[in-house]
Amino acid sequence: MTFLRVTGLTKSFGGVRAVDGVDFTVRANDVFSIIGPNGAGKTTLFNLLSGLIAPDAGAVILDGEDVTGLPAHQLATRGLSRSFQNLQVFFNMTALENVMVGNHRHTARRFLPCLLGLPSVRDSERRTRVFAEELMHYVGLERYIHAQAAAMPYGALKRLEIARALATRPRILLLDEPAAGLNPAETAHMDALIRRIAEDGITVLLVEHDMHLVWSVSDHILVLNHGRVLAEGGAREIRANPQVVEAYLGHRARER
Amino acid sequence: MSNQLLQRHGGLALLAAIIAAGPLFLDNGFHYNVAILAGLNAIVCIGLNLLIGHAGQISLGHAGFFALGAYASAILPERFGFHPLGALLTGALLVGLLAFAIARPILRLRGHYLAMATLGMGIIVSIVLDQKVDLTGGPDGMVVGDLTLFGQALRGNLAWYWLVGALLFVTTWMALNLVHSPVGRALKAVHGSELAAAAMGVDVFHYKVLVFVLSAVLAAIAGSLFAHYNGFVTPDEASFIHSIQLVTMVVLGGMASIAGSIVGAVALTLLPQLLADFHDYEMIVFGAILMGTMILLPTGVVPTLAARIRERLA
Repeated sequence: MTFLRVTGLTKSFGGVRAVDGVDFTVRANDVFSIIGPNGAGKTTLFNLLSGLIAPDAGAVILDGEDVTGLPAHQLATRGLSRSFQNLQVFFNMTALENVMVGNHRHTARRFLPCLLGLPSVRDSERRTRVFAEELMHYVGLERYIHAQAAAMPYGALKRLEIARALATRPRILLLDEPAAGLNPAETAHMDALIRRIAEDGITVLLVEHDMHLVWSVSDHILVLNHGRVLAEGGAREIRANPQVVEAYLGHRARER
Repeated sequence: MSNQLLQRHGGLALLAAIIAAGPLFLDNGFHYNVAILAGLNAIVCIGLNLLIGHAGQISLGHAGFFALGAYASAILPERFGFHPLGALLTGALLVGLLAFAIARPILRLRGHYLAMATLGMGIIVSIVLDQKVDLTGGPDGMVVGDLTLFGQALRGNLAWYWLVGALLFVTTWMALNLVHSPVGRALKAVHGSELAAAAMGVDVFHYKVLVFVLSAVLAAIAGSLFAHYNGFVTPDEASFIHSIQLVTMVVLGGMASIAGSIVGAVALTLLPQLLADFHDYEMIVFGAILMGTMILLPTGVVPTLAARIRERLA
């Protein structure tokens, strides 16, 4: 079943077509990876899909609904959330509060009840806290529940962003280089976490440079080059595609 | 959770005790005068701190909102026969609408640009109050009538002390509720990362407008009460210096600290009274305090002390 359909998506920055007529479809519950050399347009594509920037042309259909050009917070309401390549953690909060922000749309957040501290708000806060604690356990950060986000190591912050995105109760999760800068043990942990998220019924869109991770977790792979789709297919197919190997993995990879 | 709740209620109880015990230590009219002004400043600073400290947006024009509230209470009863309480509420409503109207273009700006825009807004208010002589009395200012509550004119220091004390308590209570709610967390998220906040479903712009309007309305209410208490208003209330004083109170007391707002407001209301001889250099003193705080206590007095105490206990 198609969950996300992208057609003719295009975005230019001052004459450079960062994303140029990209088409693809993502099946529900797949781990769908987008790979390509630096500057291929992966991050721009993610920013378009998550509503941080608006496309010049093309359409994004999420679960049958045209969501093209909707701002990020409205996409979050429709079950799309993301993590960021260069961390966007709320460093002015504790780790747990970071995750609680993710649950914002499901909290009692009307202004007057919040101002008056009504019991409905306190109940909602208690539930949000419990849910956020569960997610901290889920991503393996239970020891950081009471930590200030600013005091946490880099690898933990990567997982914190995922916990925070999961708190939005997404149906599709966009992970922008979740393994960048992680050591091998942390990368193995991330591998397991991504599989678990997919098993729990959340569609995962992954941009990643760590090819071991990509080969390991992906059901389907899209290769971008110069803002266009170079190839698309299953992991094995892509790995054997000489065009991809040439453009992305380099000449020497073929010899190995 | 319960710990946090305990801290919150403990803080409120402490504030109530201090306000209640005030008259035991206030000897004369001058003391009361300082206490009442400190309370009014604290109300403005609590709102301003939600904007600056929590949501991370700067305003160098809040004296403008304060002055508009003050002039609403001066003009509406005098010229249009409003009940003083009606004038206060109308002033708050009008300032709220004004803040809402200018929030859209202003809050699209960031950092220095936002500072410049709010600065400009304050200056415009100041000029209008100065120039609309037929309505405002111009630079000479105008006399303000009594505040009447339940058919009784509010007179005397003690009555004003209790009114301002009660209002400060309610404002503090509401601000604490807000800070410890999804709304407060959303404000802090906007401060932390607008990109991430949006991706988590927080309508960033909505919350910026909300907190801007809320802080403007609190400033207007405090301005109205000031006008009645003082019995006289001048365009000076809208001056840039006044806006800087308010920001200095917030920074000194501590960013994103409600208790800090009160401490900062009390300290910097008291200081000019203690340094009356330096009146001509007041701006220099405030500037020095602002710079000194940012260099030596970047998180402000109350958060710094709180961290020290936590370290001792740990």
